Amino acid sequence: MAATAESVLKPDFQTSRKHFIFTDEHEQLRESIRNFAIKELAPHAEEWEETTFPDSVFHRMGELGFLGLDKPEKYGGQGGDYYTSLVLAEEITNANSGGLGMAVAVQTDMAMPPILAFGTEEQKQQWAAPAIAGTKILCLGITEPDAGSDVAGIKTRAVRDGDDYVINGSKTYITNGHRADVIVLVTKTDPDAGYDGFTLFLVPMDAPGVIREKKLVKLGMHASDTALLAFQDVRVPASAVLGQVGKGFYHIMWELQGERLIGAAGNVAGAQKCFEKTLQYAGERKAFGREIGKFQVIRHKFAEMATKIESARQMVYVTAWRFNNGEYPVREISMAKLHAARVGCEVADECIQIHGGAGYMREYGVERSWRDMRLARIGAGTDEIMLDVIGRSYGL
Amino acid sequence: MSPPTPPFTEEHEELRASARGFIERELTPHAQQWEQEEWFPNEVFPKLAAQGLLGLKYPTEYGGQGGDYLHEAVLIEEMARIGSGGTAAGIGAHVNIATPPIWKFGSEDQKQRYLVPAIAGERIGALGITEPGAGSDVASLSTRAEPTEGGWVVNGEKTYITNGVRCDFIVTAVKTTAEGGHHGISFLIIDRGEGVVSSKLHKLGWHASDTATVSFQDVFVSEENLLGGLHEGFALIMANFQWERLAMALGATGAMQIAWERTADFARERQAFGRPLSSHQAIRHKLVDLATSAYTARCVTYDALRRFVAGEEPLREVTMAKLMTQRAAFELMDACLQIHGGAGYMREYWVERAARDARLGPIGGGSDEIMREILGRVLAL
Repeated sequence: MAATAESVLKPDFQTSRKHFIFTDEHEQLRESIRNFAIKELAPHAEEWEETTFPDSVFHRMGELGFLGLDKPEKYGGQGGDYYTSLVLAEEITNANSGGLGMAVAVQTDMAMPPILAFGTEEQKQQWAAPAIAGTKILCLGITEPDAGSDVAGIKTRAVRDGDDYVINGSKTYITNGHRADVIVLVTKTDPDAGYDGFTLFLVPMDAPGVIREKKLVKLGMHASDTALLAFQDVRVPASAVLGQVGKGFYHIMWELQGERLIGAAGNVAGAQKCFEKTLQYAGERKAFGREIGKFQVIRHKFAEMATKIESARQMVYVTAWRFNNGEYPVREISMAKLHAARVGCEVADECIQIHGGAGYMREYGVERSWRDMRLARIGAGTDEIMLDVIGRSYGL
Repeated sequence: MSPPTPPFTEEHEELRASARGFIERELTPHAQQWEQEEWFPNEVFPKLAAQGLLGLKYPTEYGGQGGDYLHEAVLIEEMARIGSGGTAAGIGAHVNIATPPIWKFGSEDQKQRYLVPAIAGERIGALGITEPGAGSDVASLSTRAEPTEGGWVVNGEKTYITNGVRCDFIVTAVKTTAEGGHHGISFLIIDRGEGVVSSKLHKLGWHASDTATVSFQDVFVSEENLLGGLHEGFALIMANFQWERLAMALGATGAMQIAWERTADFARERQAFGRPLSSHQAIRHKLVDLATSAYTARCVTYDALRRFVAGEEPLREVTMAKLMTQRAAFELMDACLQIHGGAGYMREYWVERAARDARLGPIGGGSDEIMREILGRVLAL
């Protein structure tokens, strides 16, 4: 619409925020997930910080179709586009529980995509379909005590033995590790083959030799369960191989792209929520005779935060658009992940500062957002790894 | 060995070595447990007292060591080695915040009744200024002391009070005129007793300290417990702010040093991509920046300290030191956490706690924004 003398008289701050990637259907989905999160999840958020959230959340979300939004109808999914998954990542933040959002993302956007992309029909039926229905819970095992960012440095070994493989090793920081029914496990099958020596397995968590060693206590994300796992002579049939033998590294590098983009979307939405909550506080809290939001320094803090959030959001949306078009935009995804994670942490930190002493107290919830958000710069590839990926993408 | 950095002398370094030994032997091993329990035991106070550490700057006639602020500065820096910001805060609230006003403004009788047992670790003190409706804006306090026969009746609520649950007495700012404000605030020493109710608060960090909301319901305070002049409480608040802020800067300096050393050790040991983290250029440069930041913080803090002990009333330098060091300390802890990667996010390592504890710095003792307001005035802006 061209500007007219009439329309430029006043800026329109209320203009629809709907981005071009979204349709009305996405907006309806957004509303229904938001309502669900606010009504059925958020009221329990405080309690779940102490206890971790119950498995029934998965069952309920499966029932509502939220665990297979962009998954094929053949396996019980909704057959939607990639943006539907983005909408879930954004709206689940209304549950007010970073740990819950992360656990759901592990199910829908980290462990499940490799099964659907590389799995056999049988594997998809056995694991993906019930995961979409919410009756089975998935986890993903990449990190080890001695191999975090350095994925190629993992030591968990799978050795061929007749028709079987025998797996030994350990995995750590595994989200859903205590509740999961199956793990998508990254192993080394050929120590001499470099990047071509990795293989993925689907290992049932009740297989003999799978040991859930301990529940890890974390800075934030308290509603999620995080495990240290050991694999001692775990025997699985060759049919448990996911994808191609020797191609596990490439499979998992592909998986990480979707994980990072969805994570970035969640971080932007989390930052937005924190911003809004703080905006409300700044409009109510008075100091030196006026609302603190009316002080120039505080006003500018909000302006900075809003600008950062908007820049991260646009990066995520445009990158998602490329991803949805079938591109494999690793550089842009890495940029979006890096930027959204930093913005999320900066915003949460500024929100604490604006709250002052109250920001440091648990009852206001801002410190929780801050603790939860801090994982964004570490999980799914640290800032430093993102910088390395981006830098290398220029041939450096 | 290079000589001690001024204003410290060999004598201070001896104190440093002995305080450090005591802290690492008696306190540090329990830090993790105290953090988990969200409480450090009260026995810590008499233990510190037995070493003379609760009265370093106080006159010997009250049981102190007859030292000065520099001795105290040594203790504050070394307390970072406890590895529990909450424990250091509880001790600090007693030594640096609650008792100095009694020492400076108290009557002989008040010193005998409160300062002497406080130095002996027998009575624990807290300072009560902040209220739910008045944080940075001290002039808008609303806790009211109504005159009555032989004293006052106090009603109101204080919050974010360190030692608020365990304390035996609270040096409390109250309104003694209906208007309150700069000319209507006084200080009362309020004993724990009927009508004084504490409720513990849960925080981002400082878990071992018992930060509390303390409410006063018709609490009678006798006139002998008026601390300083009537309606002159604002001066008392201002008088200790400089030392409190300098103490925070010193605490940050100590904490940054230890965090850096530990993280550098971690980076030298941890292998990624076939070599130590520290041999990756980005990490090496990051650690170099952090070392520079820690050194800068120390220099700025020591300069303010030198001026302070020389009697200069260095409002500008102390305020700048507080502002600079608190943000720098948190940023250093945050970077150390990042260098630790996934391990940094786990509670079993020290670093996430250090980051949570350090995050209070830019808020407590006057927020960064208040520091900038003060500096704006000092710099005639």
